[in-house]
Amino acid sequence: MRWNSAAEFFAMGGYGLYVWGSVGVTVAALVLELLVLSRRRKSALLQIERQSILERDGISEKQT
Amino acid sequence: MINWFKYASPRAFFPLAGRMIPWFGAGAVLLAIAGLYVGFFVAPTDAQQGEGYRIIFVHVPASWMSMFIYLVMAFWAAVGLAFNSRLSAMMASALAPTGAMFTFLSLWTGALWGKPMWGTWWVWDARLTSELILLFLYMGFMALQSAIDEPRRADKAGAVLALVGVVNIPIIYFSVQWWNTLHQGASVSLTRAPSMATLMLAGMLLMALASWMYTVAVALMRVRCIVLERERHASWLEEVSEVKR
Repeated sequence: MRWNSAAEFFAMGGYGLYVWGSVGVTVAALVLELLVLSRRRKSALLQIERQSILERDGISEKQT
Repeated sequence: MINWFKYASPRAFFPLAGRMIPWFGAGAVLLAIAGLYVGFFVAPTDAQQGEGYRIIFVHVPASWMSMFIYLVMAFWAAVGLAFNSRLSAMMASALAPTGAMFTFLSLWTGALWGKPMWGTWWVWDARLTSELILLFLYMGFMALQSAIDEPRRADKAGAVLALVGVVNIPIIYFSVQWWNTLHQGASVSLTRAPSMATLMLAGMLLMALASWMYTVAVALMRVRCIVLERERHASWLEEVSEVKR
């Protein structure tokens, strides 16, 4: 272990803002991408479900 | 012998991709944990840059992926153009947002690294400018595709743009050799021994592998969304367990 205390770890030898600014934004970007993807998947599945309800009731998309 | 052409159809590929995602996702998490541990707890302090150099464990993987994803995207775009295969064009579209994200992260972490070490967030030099052009190429690809309503035409137009843009990749890669720049030369190259401590290199490579696994998982997730959106009228979707009919 290279660090004597948690405070020393977070200070990063005076470069804390830059190091954690890099790591933080990277983690945020990855989480955001995964959130956007899960919403896109849900809405795509929902659209197929709705469309099949319409088809079952004999209403095609072209008529509407 | 696996028949690869079987998986060129969205119908065969969709469930296969679904089974692959957890493996690549788990691999990405495990490699990232190992890489962050080595990078932040094991790797020594840099003689010149102190602890500030640890940005390398995010910056270099993001930069490598930004270029690598572009090449893979252009490859699938070319396959789609040459063989008129739907799935390869969808694969190219699925890679673009993740590539743009890594390009942004490369620029962002680069700025946060440049400020303490060079004294400036940004310079208009060859390496930084060509990486910014890469971001514009990704954004241009996505904007062009979404501007064309007919998906097959959008695929073709996007593919041409992606292929023309490939010229930028060697410019980024060799920019530190061709021009004078603030940006340091490559720490790792295919021809020379790496010019960095083994533990630093190990952390960096673990993070790069984690980013690669993450990219595969996310691209497969996105290509499955694209398949669901484009093939929503196809009857084979009835066989897919997630789809409620």
